[in-house]
Amino acid sequence: MSTLEIRDLHVSVETEAGPKEILRGVDLTVQSGQTHAIMGPNGSGKSTLAYSLAGHPKYTVTSGEVLLDGEDVLAMTVDARARAGLFLAMQYPVEVPGVSVSNFLRTAKTAVDGEAPKLRTWVKEVKTAMDQLAISDDFAERDLNTGFSGGEKKRHEILQLELLNPTFAVLDETDSGLDIDALRVVSDGVNRFSASGDKGVLLITHYTRILRYIKPDFVHVFVAGRVAEEGGPKLAEKLEEKGYVDYVGTPA
Amino acid sequence: MTTDTAQQAQHGLTEHSHGAGAPDHGGSAFDTVASFDVADHVVPRGREEEWRFTPMARLRGLHDDAPLDGHDYEVSVEAAPQVVVETVEATDPRRGSSGYVPNDRISARAWAEADKVLAITIPADVVAEKPTIVRLRGLSAEKAAAGHVVITAERFSQSVVVLEHEGSAAFADNVEIVTHDGARLTVVSLQDWAGDSVHLSHHHVNVGRDSVVKHAVVSFGGDLVRTSVTLDYAAPGGDAELLGLYFADSGQHLEKRLFVDHNQPNCRSNVLYKGALQGKKAHTVWIGNVLIRPAAEGISTYELNRNLVLTDGARADSVPNLEIETGEIVGAGHASATGRFDDEQLFYLMARGIPADEARRLVVRGFFTELINKLGVPEIAERLTATVERELALGEGLPAATSTTH
Repeated sequence: MSTLEIRDLHVSVETEAGPKEILRGVDLTVQSGQTHAIMGPNGSGKSTLAYSLAGHPKYTVTSGEVLLDGEDVLAMTVDARARAGLFLAMQYPVEVPGVSVSNFLRTAKTAVDGEAPKLRTWVKEVKTAMDQLAISDDFAERDLNTGFSGGEKKRHEILQLELLNPTFAVLDETDSGLDIDALRVVSDGVNRFSASGDKGVLLITHYTRILRYIKPDFVHVFVAGRVAEEGGPKLAEKLEEKGYVDYVGTPA
Repeated sequence: MTTDTAQQAQHGLTEHSHGAGAPDHGGSAFDTVASFDVADHVVPRGREEEWRFTPMARLRGLHDDAPLDGHDYEVSVEAAPQVVVETVEATDPRRGSSGYVPNDRISARAWAEADKVLAITIPADVVAEKPTIVRLRGLSAEKAAAGHVVITAERFSQSVVVLEHEGSAAFADNVEIVTHDGARLTVVSLQDWAGDSVHLSHHHVNVGRDSVVKHAVVSFGGDLVRTSVTLDYAAPGGDAELLGLYFADSGQHLEKRLFVDHNQPNCRSNVLYKGALQGKKAHTVWIGNVLIRPAAEGISTYELNRNLVLTDGARADSVPNLEIETGEIVGAGHASATGRFDDEQLFYLMARGIPADEARRLVVRGFFTELINKLGVPEIAERLTATVERELALGEGLPAATSTTH
């Protein structure tokens, strides 16, 4: 049993007009075995929360804390957070020319596990995971995210999620830009991950569509940099009907 | 015809005098004087267009009158069985067979002072089963030396020649590369000098009918390494790929100059030079000149230079020039891009648990892998990769280039 605790988190970014506060006191606790959906209109700070948890240098934490089983996550470097069991599936995965997918996956797996995976079982594991996500074999020799379609990038993020097998996964709008088939494939991957053990999922999304495939235990509505409302799966149904109009005054 | 330019080219900023009185050999366009007579080449002072990037004070007088009579170097040869490697007198007719005429004072001086010529000949129809490797090891940079190499790939031969340079030296040389009809030749010039070396090198490639030439310059070590590659075609149908890989550390000056003279119809040229820089006052220069003469109908040419700046305090200059004198061509284009090490790439890799140093290695290795694969010489690929790793290890602990926000 693991716990990810976010306490009164304040985060700002540098702008030309000086620092601008994006997160204004976020409190959220995720236990392993739970799936939390974070929903909210554009600009509410959902992605900022995701990137702050992963340690992106663009975001400055001004106060608050993030604890993973009591360990201070904010004191860790980006790579140390990943090795501690945090995973961020990015909305816009970065292209890295010259680095093949297979080389990248092996290097990341070695870093996360602290030892190189056994070659034979690893190759099989990768192949199985790729098949399940309907990723073709030649993918492994392509350059990391380079020239990938939007759907390929998202499936590749979930491929990493399954292979690196973290304790907590933060999925930043993994559903956006996917057609219904790809959405189903990606959701199946996330559900396999959740079912594989004591895992926690923080599912960030703008739309309720993905919640037909991934069932959240808790739903949090994010508005203006903090949690405006929280509840069970029923809250998502309400959002499905009414959108964010109750929170921001206009349909978003 | 397509032309794309990532960074504004310097095209048209200087007066070019090609055509006027230029005979049909390479190296005379783009404002250069071609002559075997040293006296015809005035001593450059550093303000001239072709010297404006070069730190003249570090040339050890090679551009002026410093003696070139040193012999503090040793040469070893590992030749493929059917390839003939000989040391011949300067009067040997192979010397000058490329049609090259020295286009600057250093080249003319090296031509005049080199008393021996290393002649490498791949006889007609020979398919060499392994690369021929010539290793020049400098023993001291005190006395400057001059060298001359002629590589002749006869009809329908296929081979790889590697010229390696290491140790300490002040060295000026001319390398002539001549391919006959249908020959396929790869030449790699590798500069892995010690830190006190100065190397000023001119290569001239004369591409035969339907011949396929791959020419690569790989520069790692040395205080100052300046390579000038000129290339022209003896007949139609030639195909030239010009590759370059360089990695400059603190204080190093690596200068790569190219002049592709499309003087024949239906030929092709493709230039790809990639460089990385790290440390204070690491300086690289890439000048890529391409001239398409009126006779060069049906040609295609593309040149690309990419530089990766790993730390602050390093400087990469990149200037592509393209002059087109006939519109009847398949394509002509150039691009140049100099970028800092990408923070977003670093973040992505680190977010998967990969430590910063290793992430940096992955990206830089990836940057050069494309080029090393294009060389297509497995015998040196591993060594080049290892040298890139060694260079990267030197840069560890240096602060990364100032971050760019997205």
